[in-house]
Amino acid sequence: MSTLAPPSETLPEVSPAVSEETATDFTAAAADLAVILATGKFPAGSITAVPENAGLDQTTWIVDRDVLFDLAGELKTNPATRYDMLLDLCGVDYPDRAERFEAVYHLLSLPRNARLRLKVPLQEDDAAVPSLIAVWKGIDWFERELWDMFGIRVDGHPNMRRILCHEGFQGHPLRKDYDAARRWILTEDKIYQPKFNLSEGGDDLFERMAINIGPSHPAMHGTFRLMAILDGETITASEVEIGYLHRCFEKMAETHTWNQVIPYTDRLNYCSSFINNVGYCKTVEKLLNVEVPPRAVWARTILSEFSRIMDHCVCNGTTLVDTGGLTNFWYLFQPREEIYGLLESCCGARLTVSYGRIGGLSQDLPPDFMERSRKLLEMIPPLVADAEKLVDKNRIWIDRSVGVSAISGEEAVNWGWTGPCLRASGVAYDVRRAHPYDLYDTLDWEVPVLFGGDVYDRFRIRMMEIKESLKIIRQLLDRGMPEGPYIVDDPHVALPPKEACYTQMEAMIYHFKLVMDGIQVPAGETYQMVEGANGELGFYVISDGTGKPYRIKVRPPCFPIFSTFPRLINGGALSDAIATLGGLNVIAGELER
Amino acid sequence: MSNPKNPTSSPMSNMVGESWVTTKLEVLEDWAQRNSFWPFPFGTACCAIEFMSTVSSHYDVARFGSEVVRFSPRQSDVLLVAGTINDKMAPVLKKIYDQMADPKWVISMGACACSGGFYRAYHVMQGIDEVIPVDVYVPGCPPTPEGLIYGILQLKEKVLRDRRKHARHDAKEQSEPDKETIERVDAGSTV
Repeated sequence: MSTLAPPSETLPEVSPAVSEETATDFTAAAADLAVILATGKFPAGSITAVPENAGLDQTTWIVDRDVLFDLAGELKTNPATRYDMLLDLCGVDYPDRAERFEAVYHLLSLPRNARLRLKVPLQEDDAAVPSLIAVWKGIDWFERELWDMFGIRVDGHPNMRRILCHEGFQGHPLRKDYDAARRWILTEDKIYQPKFNLSEGGDDLFERMAINIGPSHPAMHGTFRLMAILDGETITASEVEIGYLHRCFEKMAETHTWNQVIPYTDRLNYCSSFINNVGYCKTVEKLLNVEVPPRAVWARTILSEFSRIMDHCVCNGTTLVDTGGLTNFWYLFQPREEIYGLLESCCGARLTVSYGRIGGLSQDLPPDFMERSRKLLEMIPPLVADAEKLVDKNRIWIDRSVGVSAISGEEAVNWGWTGPCLRASGVAYDVRRAHPYDLYDTLDWEVPVLFGGDVYDRFRIRMMEIKESLKIIRQLLDRGMPEGPYIVDDPHVALPPKEACYTQMEAMIYHFKLVMDGIQVPAGETYQMVEGANGELGFYVISDGTGKPYRIKVRPPCFPIFSTFPRLINGGALSDAIATLGGLNVIAGELER
Repeated sequence: MSNPKNPTSSPMSNMVGESWVTTKLEVLEDWAQRNSFWPFPFGTACCAIEFMSTVSSHYDVARFGSEVVRFSPRQSDVLLVAGTINDKMAPVLKKIYDQMADPKWVISMGACACSGGFYRAYHVMQGIDEVIPVDVYVPGCPPTPEGLIYGILQLKEKVLRDRRKHARHDAKEQSEPDKETIERVDAGSTV
């Protein structure tokens, strides 16, 4: 694992990076239960491991909620376990079970590269879990979501109110007995107004002012609402409200067949929709245990990297627009247009591609794919370099970004950060390197790391990653396009070729069954992640063996990152808050699903 | 512009030189309006990214006079709703629309804004016309920039058509038809 920049003096601590020796094993956590029980702090029977032969993809424990808080603290601090990051928390509803709800925690230990899943079964009439904010700060919004979606109370949470649904909403939509289309109207009088204490902290009462920015404000990217107290220009307290783009992805997924979910995944992080396709398809393929043909894997890797470039371009472009650099935006949008052209030639769509399919791709690559891609490789670097040159030594940009909203690696991990933002704080965690998938472990590339943890480094790291992505693509193109099918040859998973449908009875029946009933995914559950453009994009999928998903939980990388926003901007100037938001790359579609 | 081969010699041309136009005030106003929309991009989701493409250099909506993006409802005359509007956002959208001064128009960009798209869901409004009137619906998920530009051009047509309708209506009331002026200005030739 190489680093491309020396550690800066201001932030000397470097969180442990993932070492290659311990990498790539979901079962690294298998022995942890013995370690935890050996501490003697937990009564017998309060924690049980799901046996390995139950077919689960990673170590899973069933935990009694009475010991959950202590267990979380122990898992984090015990030097033998060191689960320093909470990846995801979600609920699952099983109306037929005696213990109707289940709260599922996904943990990650960066130093050990181990993953652990905790399940807490809960009775319907007493559905409550203790808040774990004291252990992992990043769990804050996940706990609010748990309440909002399932009505599972979180005891001890400082701000227990709805997060995604609006204030006039009744009921908890992800419960199985909630009708997917049942809407509630929000009236003006119910809109949330924070109760700030204007006299709190400080004595200069006359200068205090409460302001509201957004959601319809260009600096809030159209969908976030920031409420802050200003002392002069300094933000002394702030709160963020989201939910203005919550469009019920997870409920929609439960009412559609497995392949029909793919277009919905496009609209999570719509700046790099193909990566979402890949992440979702990989998860279902893991449940189905199908092997994707090499041609599709090759194309997926290349197009994922192109998507990453597009995403970084739009993120850096809008960051600079927010700080007054409109020209860069025009420059950085040009690579996007060029890549759109490639995607359009592959599948007909520019932005929301839906090009992935479970088992491969929706159609073959165009004949001129190589030629087009090579042309892009020549075209993109000068465009990006032009944009970079405009700000590289720009006094205004440097003044507005260096040292602004800096966060240390350790703290970022505690908040659940992943992706470029975390790597800008000195932690070299990249899913492509830590848990290699597709072709990433066969390629020569580096994980750029910077140590400033500020707006400037978050900008620079994306520029560096664009170059790494280009390197990956170049190597893959040099290897040449693998021959063979673009989707797995299994009539239970992929539609038969059109000619066969018209000429063979059997193929027609398979086609009919797949279209009408969908893929029959065997019962089970799995968590699979890819490196999205803004961090670890995970899908936790539960199948009950029917043609539709039982539950899909997306682990949105920007959700924990954006929950840190008040912490980042408090104490800074209001203009710093604007500069900060762009660099976090918060994509509303993914944030709120 | 006056014809140089046939220079006018009215007192007016003596005063202001040869470049002058006569028309009715409302026709002039209408001509200016429909050739320079100032859109308020109410962008929330994927469509907003395609809107960015439309204003960027490649598609360059400036060619159609609609590039002066204004984020204040007081300064804009076209509300361009790009993206899903859910029930939490609905009061915000309504408020923005109410704050815009007349004359104002609304373009609904994309399937979600038009009808809720494929989100038949508990938190998504099934089309923005539940709360505000819409002039042009642009289909697509998201629409291509060409599609959006076509929508903007359609809105131009609509502004003109509405004006003519009103003109006819006024004409009937005043029983003094004066379509000729409108036609001439529309064709680009002036007196």
